[in-house]
Amino acid sequence: MSILIKNGRVVDPKNNIDAILDILVVDGKIVELNKNLDSKKAKQIIDASKKIVIPGIIDLQLNLREPGNQYKSTLESEMKAANAGGVTCMVCPPDTTPILDEPGLVKMLKNKSEALKLGNVYPLGALTQKLNGKLLTEINDLYESGCIGFSQAEKPIQDTEVLYRSFQYLSTFNLKAFLRAEDAYLSEKGIINAGEISTRLGLKGIQSISETTAINKILEIAHLTKTKVHLNKISTADGLNLIKIAKKSGVNVTCDVSIHQIFLTDNDIGFFNTNCFLKPPLRKESDRIKIIDSIVDGTIDAICSDHSPVNEDNKLKPFAESEYGASSVELLMPLVYKLSEDYKIDLGLLINKITNHPSGILEINKGSLSVNSDADICIFDPEHSWEINSKSLISEGKNTPFFNQNFAGKVSSTIFNGNIVFTSS
Amino acid sequence: MFNPQLNNKGNLNHLLSIEGLSKEKIIQILDTAESFLKIGERDVKKVPILRGKTVCNVFFENSTRTRTTFEIAAKRLSADVINLNVATSSQSKGETVLDTINNLIAMNADIFVVRHSSSGAAHFIASHVKPNIHIINAGDGNHSHPTQGLLDAFTIRKYKTNFNKLKVAIVGDILNSRVARSNIHALNILGVPEIRVIAPKTLLPDEIEKLGVHVFYDIDKGLSDVDVIMMLRIQNERMDGIMLPSQEEYFKTYGLNQVRLDLAKKDAIVMHPGPMNRGVEIDSAVADSEQSVILPQVTFGIAVRMAVMAILAGQHS
Repeated sequence: MSILIKNGRVVDPKNNIDAILDILVVDGKIVELNKNLDSKKAKQIIDASKKIVIPGIIDLQLNLREPGNQYKSTLESEMKAANAGGVTCMVCPPDTTPILDEPGLVKMLKNKSEALKLGNVYPLGALTQKLNGKLLTEINDLYESGCIGFSQAEKPIQDTEVLYRSFQYLSTFNLKAFLRAEDAYLSEKGIINAGEISTRLGLKGIQSISETTAINKILEIAHLTKTKVHLNKISTADGLNLIKIAKKSGVNVTCDVSIHQIFLTDNDIGFFNTNCFLKPPLRKESDRIKIIDSIVDGTIDAICSDHSPVNEDNKLKPFAESEYGASSVELLMPLVYKLSEDYKIDLGLLINKITNHPSGILEINKGSLSVNSDADICIFDPEHSWEINSKSLISEGKNTPFFNQNFAGKVSSTIFNGNIVFTSS
Repeated sequence: MFNPQLNNKGNLNHLLSIEGLSKEKIIQILDTAESFLKIGERDVKKVPILRGKTVCNVFFENSTRTRTTFEIAAKRLSADVINLNVATSSQSKGETVLDTINNLIAMNADIFVVRHSSSGAAHFIASHVKPNIHIINAGDGNHSHPTQGLLDAFTIRKYKTNFNKLKVAIVGDILNSRVARSNIHALNILGVPEIRVIAPKTLLPDEIEKLGVHVFYDIDKGLSDVDVIMMLRIQNERMDGIMLPSQEEYFKTYGLNQVRLDLAKKDAIVMHPGPMNRGVEIDSAVADSEQSVILPQVTFGIAVRMAVMAILAGQHS
């Protein structure tokens, strides 16, 4: 099997490449990257002129909803959706049914996903049993069965001693915690950002301090125990300030934001649009601007889709009774491209946050177009305009705040392990 | 997302919230209510405006008083009235809100009066029914209680005539009050120049001042020189917790007694949406005083609800 990708604008931040080049893929590996490669070298030619060729995207937060929640989506449907978004490495949180707290479940998920040959799935194991925030799981067993790190998904550990001990234990084995910083005492029953909008709509607010107090706690304990921590889906300007300071003082911390927080605020909720019911909640405009600044200044290491397909019935409810989450993996690259265009941010800097940086966070050898590396490639057509609707989305979840909007830019092909797994129609 | 309560001609198709109503629309409702007020004083308290129409009171959250006033209002307009206490029936069997409403639509009801504990429930229902079905929000979570806001505006107009010169104080649990929110919107739209909210910080929602109010923590200062005092009910379950330490302390620091009432204008009126907690937010002597208009509020409430139903049904514009 050989593929030659011709005349694309190749953006590979790891190797500092942003140029028109050809890429030759043979037997699952990238074997040559140069100008004007001979077309006879490959059986299949992809004309990528006017297109952008980047490493297969690594999404740090993608709910595949398996095992257990197949009524929302299936592993296959969501991996295909991920492919349609140019994603080939998928990090999935442990809040499945049952929860990923046993090695057998992790192995099952790994085997099932490997058989599909649509991407590499990297499960995060539960840090505590049943995510109860009380008792540690068998972390080493889980690691050996394929967990890339340890997480509490949307169930933050409230007991500070449990957090401290779990960090000590992770640190002993040099394993990483992937946490969303939230003080559940403060955010319990909260629905949307606390402020004018929550007051107008009569929905219980979630204050910024529910994120910042948790960040403070996590960073202090991570510093003391020398634990590697990745913070998921930061939503507040104050939280980003804390992380910036911690990084300077040598705490081993990285963080990401969800693509929604870059483009939306609580104002977009309008009159109770349940598609904007997300966790963490959409924040204020000043938070959104700070997030964009922090992407540029490097405080934010990665951008994730936070893909969370929700079945339609669960969105067809009064706001607070509906289920949070949005289907977003197919919009990740189009929105990253839009971010680059709208705010005049170097595309390479942004591609870095969905390829090379996440690879570093996961400590894997992915996210680049280096010769001899795995041929995971995303080809993006910035001129393809399309409408987000239930037909155009491949994910089983059709719920997105961008529903019915037109987008400029769509992934046109995705290659995983040297095989074409997605081609745009 | 648009506000679904106005149709594309700008006419009222549902009544979901005060926010988004024009001054003219509110005045129209108040004027219509005025014309209905006399019906309640007659021997035969009925007009045929909604004859042949079916009004369905769907209460996902219990409330005898509000449901009764809607029922009386609908019956005075000659509508057939069905009362459904969903809180104790279908919902407990797992039926969704939308399924409940669709079942009732299949029975050909015309107007739905909906109360629900979840903010936005009325908006949600209104955006999923056919245009010939009308939804009246009888209270959704902490969001809105528009007929209460309208009847309070009606009451103020009865006693004070001119909104443009008034100082109005709203006292109590603003955080958990849809009544307060509806009143704040109504009074702002009607041109009241000074609206005050008086409460401890634990009972004030975030950035409440952005809704166009002045915040007072000291009730004595807040009541000084006001024309209208709107008291709010303090739910018993808010007491003895982290929001308030006790009923006694609340009454001492925020309860309306005669001494405090005397800080307001001499002809100030005292309002309360009911049911009252005597001795908690309001002293009995004040509740029963000549300045209290709490019972007239109830009477006006029926006329206002008649007006809303008549306008929605297109029978009285």
